[in-house]
Amino acid sequence: MPYAVELLNITKRFARTVANDNVTLRVQSGSIHALVGENGAGKTTLMETLYGLYQPDEGIIRIHEKEVSIRSPHDSIRHGIGMVHQHFMLVGPMTVLENIILGAETTRYSLLDLKRTTAEISELAGRFSLTVPLNEKVENIGVGIQQRVEILKAIYRRADILVLDEPTAVLTPQEAAQLFRILSELKEEGKTIVLITHKLSEVMAISDHVSVMRRGKIAGEVETSSTTPEQLAEMMVGRRILLRVEKTEKKAGDPVLSVSNLSCIDKRGVNVLNDVSLEVASGEILGIAGVEGNGQSQLVECITGLLRPTSGSVTIDGMQIAGLSPKGVFARGLAHVPEDRIKRGLVVEMDVAENLILGLHMQKEFGSRISMNRRAIAENARLLITKYDIRPMNPEALARGLSGGNQQKVIIARELSRNTQVIVASQPTRGVDIGGIEFIHRTLVQARDAGKAILMISADLNEILSLSDRIAVMYGGRIVKVFPDNNVKESELGLYMTGSKSSSAQRASDG
Amino acid sequence: MISQIFSLAFLAQTIRITVPYSLASLGGVYSERGGVVNIALEGIILNGAFCATVGTYYTGSPWFGLLCGIAGGLLVAAIHAVISIHVKADQIISGIALNLFAVGITKFVLELLFQSSSNSPRIAGLPYIKLGFIQNQPDVAHLLGNPLVLLTVLIVVASHFIIFKTRFGLRLRSVGENPEAADTVGINVTWYRYYGVLISGVLAGLAGAWLAFDQHSFTDGMSAGRGYIALAAMIVGKWNPLGAAAACLLFGFAESLQIQLQGGTLPTQFIQMIPYLATIIVLAGFIGKSVAPGADGIPYEKEK
Ligand SMILES: Nc1ncnc2c1ncn2[C@@H]1O[C@H](COP(=O)(O)OP(=O)(O)OP(=O)(O)O)[C@@H](O)[C@H]1O
Ligand SMILES: [Mg+2]
Repeated sequence: MPYAVELLNITKRFARTVANDNVTLRVQSGSIHALVGENGAGKTTLMETLYGLYQPDEGIIRIHEKEVSIRSPHDSIRHGIGMVHQHFMLVGPMTVLENIILGAETTRYSLLDLKRTTAEISELAGRFSLTVPLNEKVENIGVGIQQRVEILKAIYRRADILVLDEPTAVLTPQEAAQLFRILSELKEEGKTIVLITHKLSEVMAISDHVSVMRRGKIAGEVETSSTTPEQLAEMMVGRRILLRVEKTEKKAGDPVLSVSNLSCIDKRGVNVLNDVSLEVASGEILGIAGVEGNGQSQLVECITGLLRPTSGSVTIDGMQIAGLSPKGVFARGLAHVPEDRIKRGLVVEMDVAENLILGLHMQKEFGSRISMNRRAIAENARLLITKYDIRPMNPEALARGLSGGNQQKVIIARELSRNTQVIVASQPTRGVDIGGIEFIHRTLVQARDAGKAILMISADLNEILSLSDRIAVMYGGRIVKVFPDNNVKESELGLYMTGSKSSSAQRASDG
Repeated sequence: MISQIFSLAFLAQTIRITVPYSLASLGGVYSERGGVVNIALEGIILNGAFCATVGTYYTGSPWFGLLCGIAGGLLVAAIHAVISIHVKADQIISGIALNLFAVGITKFVLELLFQSSSNSPRIAGLPYIKLGFIQNQPDVAHLLGNPLVLLTVLIVVASHFIIFKTRFGLRLRSVGENPEAADTVGINVTWYRYYGVLISGVLAGLAGAWLAFDQHSFTDGMSAGRGYIALAAMIVGKWNPLGAAAACLLFGFAESLQIQLQGGTLPTQFIQMIPYLATIIVLAGFIGKSVAPGADGIPYEKEK
């Protein structure tokens, strides 16, 4: 089979890191090629080099067996390459429709032909079951839907070579399965696909070949049919990895976080939260499963003070926190791992050490009202960087330059080290590699065993099932079902998540 | 008294003030929608006025003068563009520097050409279209028949379509909101930013030419802060062509009201406050939050 893409001896250096070190990757035409590796291994850098966002320091690129020079995305698009980026490339104040057509517009009498485009995109969205609100502004839609927009954007351009950088990180299993059907269909049409993912089950399910990257180098390439997840994991990390969570029976104490009859009507008058009640006891993890956009984000925002509920109460240890400012909630002992790490979790223009004390900057040990205690901040950073294995191990690296998984680790490190009674974690391992997931899961379980009350929201059913002590399912702004333990089948959860089944009288506090 | 204030002459006065504001303000919209803050509008207007005067004086043709005005505006805008987009220097500082530079250079060349540091000799105005219905008030007729008035209205309406309904506008906005996203879909961020700034040069240059023709000469520092007012109008108008033009009309109205009321019974200090009061009231009371384009004023670094 001829090669569609050949990246030959690519080296790409950033100031202090060699992100790609003499990397050679060949992708057969008409195949699905998975690219896996730890956070910071250099996967995104390699693909963005192919896409023209970075210029390699060394090496050449061949497309369909011809050497090409790709100086910008404009060139790569011309060569038929499309890319779904790990960090969404969307223009917030513009509509979904405008974002999809941007750069590939159809015009009529020199005006944008929105009518025709709407029809085209609706047809496409229908065919691939990727429903998106075309006339909504992107800044008003959740990340799950933004992901669909990005996928549609790539498909709309009819790329011949499609690169997807962790496209399933924010999708539910059903959505991911749907995406894979789309990818298979595209493969049938003869397209070539490169898929970056941390989920080995996905690799096994859909790819023809797998390349594993480790610390900037290719650690190996295998045919999918001749490998196992365990073997891939070992190639990625260089050691054996536990692919499931080990935890003991919960020893739950008294309820700590309690939410009762919480409702919220948003700016557009939509009832985003509907009489939600739940309780999380010390020493347990309550997992909230649900298709993205069913009120989970608003629930978290109401609890953390980012959104004011219309009615209802939220208490920590009996103290009312609903309606407090985020600062007030923070002070009452609530740690928050936000779902959108760039927007809410980090200040990307600041360095790792500074990000590790965000919100703690007013504490005595880190500074007074006037000055900061640089030494304490650096010491704190050194400790956490080692403990949480944040790479690069440089407290002065800007958060912006960290790989997605390492950005996530910075947030986890900061929030879990605060030693609060309650932890609210949204998508705690989104975009984190298997080694990191193992670590974060272990840390969360340790926190639970130490008596913390943990509310975890995740679109990843695997995560929900393996970590939660109890599971609540949200649909349409309500809690439609609570399972008293995690002995639930994925398919059963799925039915509640999609609204096909419900028992809305149930409350999460009944468990 | 009311009928005296809101006469045809008053209308003409309002239009006379509004036209250059609107042109410059629209210029601001194009530049900032593309992500380049352009406080050099002031200097562009001044240089436009100067070049229009010189061009008209030496050729005797106001139409040629008009082209010179545009070219003069373009020149200053081009310098601002190179400094902001290419050199990636601070756009505010570049703008201030260019404004100061424009004051100096126009004065210098004025002295050189006409041996006067304050004003140029008289130049002809643009020919006007004869309007049958107001022959009894020649001033008003000349103004309303001025082709630039009509052109301004056309530009305002067209700009609305250009910014919001065309491919160019979509791309320009994307480059000003999120250049990285624009880059990833193959849009050349640099070019589009240049387009935005250069269009602002043309429009603010036209504004300058208007001032020169309206006054039939160039006088030292004749832009008199209009570039800044135009920027304020752009913000009040939320970076929308129609909004900006409406804000300019409001400012023009308030200013001519102030002129009209002078010498009346109200104390002059109070009267002079009118335009500013109007601005504050409109800003605080009616407009609501006005959000600048996401990447306004931030140079685009390709490999961040
Ligand atoms: N713009 C940048 N500036 C400086 N360093 C960078 C930049 N982008 C990436 N790096 C560094 O290059 C290395 C590779 O990063 P890359 O994003 O390619 O990893 P990745 O394999 O995609 O990881 P993840 O799975 O977490 O997304 C990391 O060490 C990262 O810190
Ligand atoms: Mg990546």
